[in-house]
Amino acid sequence: MEQQKPLTNGPAAAAILASGIGCLTLGLLTTLAQALAPAREALNFYSPTGPMSGKTILATAVWLVAWAMLHSLWRSEQVNFGKIFIVTLVLIALGFLGTFPLFFRSFGV
Amino acid sequence: MTVPLTDKEVWLVIHGMGLGATFLLAYAGGLAGLWSFRPEWVTVAGIQERTRRLSAGTWVMAIVAWLTVISGTYIVYPWFRAWYPIENVQLSFWHTFGMEWKRHVAWFAPMLATAVAYVVVRYGSSLAHEDKIRRALIVLFTLAFGAAGVAGIFGAFLTKVAPIR
Repeated sequence: MEQQKPLTNGPAAAAILASGIGCLTLGLLTTLAQALAPAREALNFYSPTGPMSGKTILATAVWLVAWAMLHSLWRSEQVNFGKIFIVTLVLIALGFLGTFPLFFRSFGV
Repeated sequence: MTVPLTDKEVWLVIHGMGLGATFLLAYAGGLAGLWSFRPEWVTVAGIQERTRRLSAGTWVMAIVAWLTVISGTYIVYPWFRAWYPIENVQLSFWHTFGMEWKRHVAWFAPMLATAVAYVVVRYGSSLAHEDKIRRALIVLFTLAFGAAGVAGIFGAFLTKVAPIR
């Protein structure tokens, strides 16, 4: 059988943490757009979709940039995967909260 | 007698019953693949075969998830947004959860599914020996399914409550 080159867990940790950062960003932008009218207007990148366009484009961009940065940092590193995964779950939970209507609607119109 | 579908209805079918349903149905296969991807359960030849299947399956799911949210946000949602009668209190529940929550939380699915697909491809057959990573992928994959499930269920109800033709 072909011998596999040993891999560090850094690339997996980077991809997983970046996904959490992307989810959190969407939650933050959703709440921000609800709380502040100027933010809502600024996020209107594409009128038919409204502020949803800015939220999704920016969240995707932040996710990709975070992934690229974390990957370059941890490409050959062995990191504390368990800790990073817990942080990721917290970020996803916060993102979930930020996108939940009963939460974000309490911040404004 | 045939009842023709409008262009909007065709897009709703592509978005919900085509792409969205494909993602949700494929989850069971992906979960079973990740769950049983262990050296003690599968032979060496089995791991090689499963690696290829899991790589292809998770990438197809990630791509389908992206196409679902992009078509939903940029093609389907503008029709609902233009149509929605803001003064209709009877529809407020469906607007709040059927559209407000659904359209946001659905975007979690492609980011999470892409992370899973990337790790599966990057680690290949080594993933079978990386128990912590494999378990983390199962959790992320399930969260992606949950997010897509919320969107799918509310989307299905919404097409009944607020049919767009």
